[in-house]
Amino acid sequence: MRVAVVTFPGSNCDYDLYQAVKQVGGNPEFRWHRERGLDGIDAVMLSGGFSYGDYLRAGAIARFSPIMEDVVPFAEAGGLVVGICNGFQVLCEAGLLPGALIRNESLRFQSEDCLMRVERADTPFTSDYAEGQVIRVPLAHAEGNYRADDETLAQLEAGNRVLFRYVDAHGNASDEANPNGSTAGIAGIVNESGNVMGMMPHPERAMEALLGSTDGVPLFASLVASLSAGAAAGTGVGR
Amino acid sequence: MSEQTLRPGEVEPREGDPEITAEVVADHGLSPDEYERIERIMGRTPTFTELGVFSAMWSEHCGYKNSKPLLRLLPTEAPWVIQGPGENAGVIDIGDGFALAFKIESHNHPSAVEPYQGAATGVGGILRDIFTMGARPIAVLDSLRFGDLDTGRVRYLFGGVVKGIGDYGNCVGIPNIGGEVHFDRGYEGNPLVNAMCLGLMKHEDLITGVAEGVGNPLMAVGARTGRDGIHGATFASEELSETDDVESRPMVQVGDPFTEKLLLEASLELIQSGHIVGIQDMGAAGLTSSATEMASRSGNGVEIDAALVPVREEGMTPYEILLSESQERMLVVAKVGHESDVQAILEKWELEAEVIGRVTDDGLFRVTENGTTVCEIPGMPLVDGCPTYQREGVESPEIAALRDMELPEATEPARDLSEAWVDLFDSPNLGSRRWIYNQYDTTVRTNTVIPPGSDAGVVRIRGTSRAVAATTDCNGRYVYLSPKQGAVIAVAEAARNLVCTGALPTAITNNLNFGSPLKPHIYYQMREAVTGMAEACSFFETPVTGGNVSLFNETDGVAIYPTPTVGMVGVVEDVEHITRMAFTTPGDAILLFGDNTNELGGSEYLYHFHDLVAGPPPSVDLFMERSLQQATLAAIRTGKVKSAHDCAEGGLAIALAECAVGGEEAVGFEVELKDSLPAVPLLFGEAQGRIVLSCAAEDVDDILSVAREYSLPARRIGTVREASEGLSIRLRDQEIGADVEAIRVARRDALPRRMDAPVATSEAAD
Repeated sequence: MRVAVVTFPGSNCDYDLYQAVKQVGGNPEFRWHRERGLDGIDAVMLSGGFSYGDYLRAGAIARFSPIMEDVVPFAEAGGLVVGICNGFQVLCEAGLLPGALIRNESLRFQSEDCLMRVERADTPFTSDYAEGQVIRVPLAHAEGNYRADDETLAQLEAGNRVLFRYVDAHGNASDEANPNGSTAGIAGIVNESGNVMGMMPHPERAMEALLGSTDGVPLFASLVASLSAGAAAGTGVGR
Repeated sequence: MSEQTLRPGEVEPREGDPEITAEVVADHGLSPDEYERIERIMGRTPTFTELGVFSAMWSEHCGYKNSKPLLRLLPTEAPWVIQGPGENAGVIDIGDGFALAFKIESHNHPSAVEPYQGAATGVGGILRDIFTMGARPIAVLDSLRFGDLDTGRVRYLFGGVVKGIGDYGNCVGIPNIGGEVHFDRGYEGNPLVNAMCLGLMKHEDLITGVAEGVGNPLMAVGARTGRDGIHGATFASEELSETDDVESRPMVQVGDPFTEKLLLEASLELIQSGHIVGIQDMGAAGLTSSATEMASRSGNGVEIDAALVPVREEGMTPYEILLSESQERMLVVAKVGHESDVQAILEKWELEAEVIGRVTDDGLFRVTENGTTVCEIPGMPLVDGCPTYQREGVESPEIAALRDMELPEATEPARDLSEAWVDLFDSPNLGSRRWIYNQYDTTVRTNTVIPPGSDAGVVRIRGTSRAVAATTDCNGRYVYLSPKQGAVIAVAEAARNLVCTGALPTAITNNLNFGSPLKPHIYYQMREAVTGMAEACSFFETPVTGGNVSLFNETDGVAIYPTPTVGMVGVVEDVEHITRMAFTTPGDAILLFGDNTNELGGSEYLYHFHDLVAGPPPSVDLFMERSLQQATLAAIRTGKVKSAHDCAEGGLAIALAECAVGGEEAVGFEVELKDSLPAVPLLFGEAQGRIVLSCAAEDVDDILSVAREYSLPARRIGTVREASEGLSIRLRDQEIGADVEAIRVARRDALPRRMDAPVATSEAAD
């Protein structure tokens, strides 16, 4: 399964994503932001980092980069697209996901482990998790405070499109368990068609017990498994 | 002398440049004697540009004129040292074909004036020192010193420095894995910001800053040259005064981490490409030092056309171009004919590369401007001819008196020690460092095994069974009270910290932070501290592969504590043996390796409760220290040690409590100490050479027998309990106890309650 890992000039988690995809048996390949064409690619991943320095607003410049001109139609054609951290910010800026990520409530960069509840296990990104499972994953961002207008929020909740929510060890969402002030503890969402996903925490940093957690493995395994299943059934998207 | 052999040609003064007068010379930080030496080398009056070049190269920062004779005392060799001092960074072999480049560098003066940019550019500079060696940066650490947090100014400096370090390193994407911070009024006027970086490479990728090959082009790579940071090196070699934070701001450089990230990737690609022969950061003294140092390493000369250097603004003079310290720039010596290949790689990363000169065979540093020579200096005396000084060193009688004074509570406690135990965790020196490292990305690049908050940080080497551990250490109070002993302790403690994680200490980089060497009592501190460091490094076989000297850390005549920071690296052969500091399991046995002593001098207890920095610092028995470290490593390698933690600031009671609350889940413990020692030194004295370990109850005999093999005093002192059972330490004549939650909360809140408290605007600006 060919997974394109996009490298913007200031991406710094692209290598980590590449390793994570490889670890679960996928075939990752780096795509430089100026390269065009996604022929033969099964999924696209946008990594964490500071795409173009992000001095203006995280992801605000990246949405205009050459490769995004291919990523948008790829997503609209049903191709699987994942944005993590800065990648999530880019997807919001590009209009592929609703809402925006503003500065953390602390007004500081925060780097820590967070706990999230997996809200759905019936998506291509979460099928290897159990619904309601609480997972531990590192986060590292200054602008991860998810905001959207009331109508959008209502649609997200009604459509069951919140995939990950910040919770405490007992699985309960609360202000104390919310690291950055995100509305309703939202850590990750999918678009209406269910093929574009963005999240702030870093599952690619939770792939090995040696480094503290393996709770990110199911996310990548789910993705690769769904691509294989799609290919076997001849329903691969985004070709 | 060789400086007499090579004469520069005549150079007409450039129109508009100031005339060289005694005042202009003094403004450049050069003494009359030094100026005379310059005239001898030149055989004529230097031009204004030439004077600026000499001033930068002969500053303490570049020329080490007050420290060079002392630095020669340090051991620099070992079979595993690939590159010793004198390059951008030291390099050691770490096995499996990998090499580790590492170095520490200070940005003290800029951070005192503009903490955010000062600290940020400190990180930028040290990253460049590493990737110019061909190594990819894999971790950074920061060693910080500030005054007490009770003034708004210190809080402003501390907050700005932490944010500056965080924003820069986070953007470039290098994990921060540790470091240290101390708060003490001794650093009130002069914070210390020392940044350390580790980089990984295969042996064959090593490249150095050398201008080989006559005719090869010099290329300016990366950001353009602007007017920022002109004469930063000279500024960094002077004392500060009260008005400096306004007047000196233009000397502080401004960082752009995004450009740094591009430069990092481009440089590594460039080095791999084979199109270049040498590369060096344009760091302190900018183009001047990079060009002359690269030439001097090969014995060649260089010629630069200042008009070809890409600049940010019109009308920059050669003087400004040569001395600018604009950030994120590199000087590259390319292979002749490969210029456009170099440019293509830089273009990919949206950066510039321009040919600005060439390597020559005449040994001169020549700068032209549109065909007219404006500077011509013999390269060797410029780089190596800086006069060096061995000054008089005499101990200050006031400090000697402090060391010899009788200490309060040395025999009889004057307070409730259970309450003191909890209260000490509210000290900014013993509180949790989470407030700091929470602002640093610690897990990017997915190699961090032990993040900040432990004895040392550990990153694994992907594709091998190995890992690298690193730590920075120096207790300035100890060095202040007894410079030689304090420096020995810094080395010993660094090694102990590494050993606690399961690493074998391998080599060090040092950052020698002192006041003005012109004062006999400061020079005494330098001489004694370097002597102590040299002794300890030789003893532990941890050679010094490079570092940095920062002198004149004084404000209005008041010097910092002497702070020879040790940045030590070690190698873990098998990641299975990586050990953490915290107790894990109720029922486990608690062991103490090493001996308790009756020493309270220099302790945090005295500072916290008596506002006192006094007494002799703890003694160090190097042979015992080595037994301790070897025994600990051997015990860890049996696979039976579940935690190991160095006993440092705050003493044994603090170390034990850290083991209880420092892990994911807090636990309790019950400890009994049968030593015939007074309570305060026993609980809170900072005796060296002690490590607290834990293991399953059935493994106690095995672990203690390992200690016996190394003739190390070791014993079981207690048992890990459930958190609900609390913490207790029973002495011969009394018992102290604390609630786990009380300790956890005091420790957690020590920094946040000071830094996040709402502050009145007037106070914030004081």
